[in-house]
Amino acid sequence: MRRSDIRVLLMRAPGTNCDAETVRAFQDLGVQPRLLHSQRVFRERNLLDYDILFLPGGFSYGDYVRSGAIWAKECEYRIGSEMEEFVESGRPVIGVCNGFQVLVETGFLPGFEGRAKVPQAALGNSTHGYQCRWIRLKKVNKGACAILSGVPEDEILRYPVAHGEGRFILPPDRRDEYLRRLYENDQLLFRYAREDGSFAEGNWPENPNGAFHDIAGICNPEGNVVGLMPHPERAYFGYLMPQWSREEQPSEYGDGRYFFESVVRYVERKF
Amino acid sequence: MSRITKSHLPFDHHTIDLLNATDDELVEIANSLGLGLNLQELRAVRDRYMLMERRATDVELQTYDQTWSEHCFHKTFKGVIETPDGVVDGMLKSYLGRVVSELDPPWCFSVFEDNAGIVDLDDEHAVAIKVETHNHPSAIEPFGGAATGLGGVIRDILGVWADPIACTDVLCFGPLDYPYEKLPEGVKHPSYIFSGVVDGIGSYGNSIGIPTVNGAVYFDEDYTGNVVVYAGCIGLLRKDRYIRNVKAGDLVVLTGGRTGLDGIHGVTFASAELTEESEEVSRPAVQIANPIEEEKIKRAIKQISEERLGSGITDLGGGGLSCAVCELADRYGLGAEVKLERVPLKAVEMAPWEIWISESQERMCLAVPAENLDRVLQIFEDEQVEANEIGRFTGGNSVKVEFMGERVAELDLEFLFNPPRIQRSISWKPPVLEEPSFPIPDDLGETLKRLLAAPNIASKEVVVRRYDHEVKGGTIVKPLQGWNAGPSDGAVLKPLDHSWRGVTVACGMNPRYGKIHPYWMAASALDEAIRNSVALGGRRIAILDNFTWGNPEYEDRLGGLVLASKACYDIARVYGTPFISGKDSLYNESPVGPVAPTLLITALGIVPDVRKTVTMDLKEKGSSLYIVGETKRELGGSEYYRLGGYLGASVPRLEPEKTIEAYRRLTKAMDEGFIRACHDLSEGGLGVAAAEMAFTGGLGLELDISYLPTEGRPRDDLALFSESNGRLLVEVTDRKASAFEKNMEGTVFAKMGEILGDRFIVSRGGEVLIDESLTALIAAWKTPLGGSR
Repeated sequence: MRRSDIRVLLMRAPGTNCDAETVRAFQDLGVQPRLLHSQRVFRERNLLDYDILFLPGGFSYGDYVRSGAIWAKECEYRIGSEMEEFVESGRPVIGVCNGFQVLVETGFLPGFEGRAKVPQAALGNSTHGYQCRWIRLKKVNKGACAILSGVPEDEILRYPVAHGEGRFILPPDRRDEYLRRLYENDQLLFRYAREDGSFAEGNWPENPNGAFHDIAGICNPEGNVVGLMPHPERAYFGYLMPQWSREEQPSEYGDGRYFFESVVRYVERKF
Repeated sequence: MSRITKSHLPFDHHTIDLLNATDDELVEIANSLGLGLNLQELRAVRDRYMLMERRATDVELQTYDQTWSEHCFHKTFKGVIETPDGVVDGMLKSYLGRVVSELDPPWCFSVFEDNAGIVDLDDEHAVAIKVETHNHPSAIEPFGGAATGLGGVIRDILGVWADPIACTDVLCFGPLDYPYEKLPEGVKHPSYIFSGVVDGIGSYGNSIGIPTVNGAVYFDEDYTGNVVVYAGCIGLLRKDRYIRNVKAGDLVVLTGGRTGLDGIHGVTFASAELTEESEEVSRPAVQIANPIEEEKIKRAIKQISEERLGSGITDLGGGGLSCAVCELADRYGLGAEVKLERVPLKAVEMAPWEIWISESQERMCLAVPAENLDRVLQIFEDEQVEANEIGRFTGGNSVKVEFMGERVAELDLEFLFNPPRIQRSISWKPPVLEEPSFPIPDDLGETLKRLLAAPNIASKEVVVRRYDHEVKGGTIVKPLQGWNAGPSDGAVLKPLDHSWRGVTVACGMNPRYGKIHPYWMAASALDEAIRNSVALGGRRIAILDNFTWGNPEYEDRLGGLVLASKACYDIARVYGTPFISGKDSLYNESPVGPVAPTLLITALGIVPDVRKTVTMDLKEKGSSLYIVGETKRELGGSEYYRLGGYLGASVPRLEPEKTIEAYRRLTKAMDEGFIRACHDLSEGGLGVAAAEMAFTGGLGLELDISYLPTEGRPRDDLALFSESNGRLLVEVTDRKASAFEKNMEGTVFAKMGEILGDRFIVSRGGEVLIDESLTALIAAWKTPLGGSR
């Protein structure tokens, strides 16, 4: 389909706050982002009119109970079946930060056998409390995540994180089994890395939250539902990067552009 | 017989007989109603009611109490003060407000009249800024006090129809290692207050999704009993949507959280000294924060502003509904009728006076033309926010308050907004201080590392990282520079999608200088704020004042305040930087003593193109480091003297005409692209600033202080760590060096060294004074409060 026809639904709840920069990124790519309060989506039941569903970061409903839990239950109850249909149609669903937490709480991620009734992972308290800092990431996906095929594997990506709860963990009694399945299904997307390209191995601050296996982002086995804690939208333009002022000629775009460009190109080609 | 009588109404309501009440009786009435009004004010109220020949109601007396409080009316700054040099007819008018009226810059859009100061950004857009104090509540309940402080200042920005885009916070605490046994009854330990305040601000700012981009954390013994919390907010607005057009018949709409018993008498409490009993007596005066509620209000108000549906707006802060409705009506020369039973409550039973003055958080008051009411209520409903029409604006000049069909107050606004002016006199004597004498340390490298580790210089990363400074994707220069997270001089924001135009946000504050001389303290704070802005490329700078002072009823405290205000006028007038808003917090006294007299200056500048802004990290091997400005033997109140336990007397002074000329030249040099890095010299002087530039850039530096332009020939340690004002360090590449030097001709500047190697070396002539590795310096700087490598 034509790029200018691609419709992106950014859904927000009370407390969502990363919507402006995400809209800006999609606008720059020439697609049509639309920011809607989830109450309106619940009322109008028009989720399937869109090509990409994006759940931005923030503190939905104050993150009471658990991060993202209230909004997740609300979405599940009000538009659960449409969301399932959306996912099954192969269209991209992306959750960043709080959006990732919602996708885990709704059971779409990791979603080993489709959507799970109870969450199979959690994004718990970070080891060092709330942290706003730039980190380095390595893409570790072998190809299952087609929507991010445009994100280079050989480059270290620099994105900021800003969260107090984002430590990816698996249930202790099934940890090894789930990690094996994540590998078997090629569901690992991003892992926290050091400057030299090695993995953080749990060391702070390279791994900013104590995430198990340095996991920063995963996808479902089909590869079209993606969740990550770091914020590519805040690294979209070159002058948002942490050291842009050190370069003689700073580049126009930052590392976040790969992410959005890849998703848009996928939809352009596939549909 | 008591003069207070319970009414025969089916709710809690009292009337008060003021006829011929004696002073003693007036004080008794004030005490039993919990009023903070002084005798002069009580007499004025009594005379007024004797003239009207009727009894007063509790709602009315509570309204005077709120409106006339120091917190709401700033009566000290508006009062008449007798000084040895003549009468000051209102410090606000004579000093702070006078700069803008004399300069009258065309780019000042709204100054000192609305909830925030507003200046032009471009033809279509303006930037609003406000900085608030929230000291008293934070001393009692650090988390809630600090959180609601930020919540309140964000509402000030919403209250001028602006969209909040960034926050600032400046926090002052007692030493974190203050001995517990020295702590008096009723004073909380600085480390407890520190963690509560830092968490409170983080929780609110992060949850509402506004980046905290600039600030400072300061430690001093004199903050032990009086924590200082300054919270600021910056907003963006379209000039054509700044609507102030309330007419009789427009409706009063109250929106946001429900009204409860939290925050009763907040302003009365904020206008009194803290005592041992404050915790017990005043705990209900501190409100409870709910940032998500305010996030929803923010969205709704943005929409209402876009559709131009409201005719006026203000936030509910100190004094609650009473101040919001009366001020809004008075601003447009109107009156109002309010039906208090329409206010949704969170407490089961509240007396009308409590509903009227409650300071429950996250509430806004809008004036809405009747034909727009349905749409406005719909927008609030879409955002899941409660909103109710609670009355209407009327002609006339009085506010009538009803509860369940009964009139409970009728307030004449002319009287309400013209309280008796206070008259005070001052005395300020310079403290007897002397300059310390001590031998020069053997190892200046060691001294530099101790300075880098001093609480007021060491990295504040542990605080800064608790606050999201990236959200909204507009932070171009961040508070922590680069991967080494060095200390930026301020922040640069890019508020508009389709323009490279940006704003700089920076601040200045030198409380220790105030212990020597309040005039030079204020002058230094102002210069530091401007200097930091210049370092980032900011120009056309507007400034805000925030005074935190002791009880102004003591002549010496007030004397210092007058001197500091005078300095504000003197320096800002020469610099051409108008004050556009301000806020004072007086009565900061505790069982430990008065607060250190603290003036925070916040500076808002403009950069034509954010891509040309300069950061403070050294960039390139082989380029040169220049110093701009003259170094004098001015170490009174310096961090270097503090290391030895001294205060000293030689407080930094300022020659504003000379300094501003150098700043203008620097700005031009930046526009021409001559400058690669720029950093201001403040606490710790040249030694600290140069080290910060080196380790942030990860590049070695060799300096020779025999080139340093000085007055006289100060000893090496004093030259290195003097805190003279008006100085900056500048990195210039070789190919631009001659053009830069030509540009700076006629100002005091000198080339001091080169960027080379991987060590930090300072020498005089051939003699090496400091030779340290960058790793050692950054470790010294990052370790004390905690940071990551």
